[in-house]
Amino acid sequence: MTFSPRVLTNALLAGLLFGSGLVVSGMTDPQNVLAFLDVAGDWQPGLAIVMGTAIAVAAPAFAIVRRRGAALNDAPVTLANRAPVDRALLAGAAIFGIGWGMVGICPGPGLILAASGNAGAMVFVGALIAGSALAAFLQQRLPITTGDYKSP
Amino acid sequence: MAAIANLVAGGALIGSGAALLVLSSGRIAGVSGVVGNLLEGDVGPQCWRIPFLVGLLIPAIYLAALAAPVTHAGGVWWLAAAGLLVGFGTRLGSGCTSGHGVCGIANFSRRSLVATLVFMTVAMLTVFVVRHLS
Repeated sequence: MTFSPRVLTNALLAGLLFGSGLVVSGMTDPQNVLAFLDVAGDWQPGLAIVMGTAIAVAAPAFAIVRRRGAALNDAPVTLANRAPVDRALLAGAAIFGIGWGMVGICPGPGLILAASGNAGAMVFVGALIAGSALAAFLQQRLPITTGDYKSP
Repeated sequence: MAAIANLVAGGALIGSGAALLVLSSGRIAGVSGVVGNLLEGDVGPQCWRIPFLVGLLIPAIYLAALAAPVTHAGGVWWLAAAGLLVGFGTRLGSGCTSGHGVCGIANFSRRSLVATLVFMTVAMLTVFVVRHLS
């Protein structure tokens, strides 16, 4: 295995930017997320504004790497994952949606909240890890067709 | 809801993080994928998943210092059940809000667009059932 200080620094900074954005936007507060998901209540568009801005900022970078077929360090990258929509994708997204709607916490904010010492989020993350391991276990033993979860 | 400036600045920070990662190493800033792969001991090319996760968790210091109470919708078993579903679903469906919702859509992936529409719609239905029908 090779180590490149630049890759490690960039990954650290990327994570820091991502996590800071979740905190600054208030998306680590489950009540803000639930306020967006509650379309029949006092609906708040916050999450859509955060997500729309993030997509707009990230899209040019993805276009550059997709066209080059490589990252800027010339490491080859295949971003053109145009696999068809399959049942695993649909079922997985639906199951995730139920859990997300129950508490208003998705993996990123859940990890940050747990790391901040929030006991409820620690329970959530522990169960998330168990659920992820269970899905991986079943996928290896049952004939479930699935996309490559490593590159959505 | 946070102020509009916070929403836009936060979104821009998230987008910059995803952009930096894909430009520098061609990887997808998907939190469920990072966690799922690390669970299997797959740190990724040049170990990128470890520093990414460390960076992601650093802002937790701010939340801890703030000590703002986070109110959860339900007790411990409710949180555990939700976590189990989120972990299972994101693994089976190859991504979560960050991987599909931000990176995938920014990459014009049809799979990610469909996944995002599905998990958002189902989450809205779930909130409706929990808050307004029970």
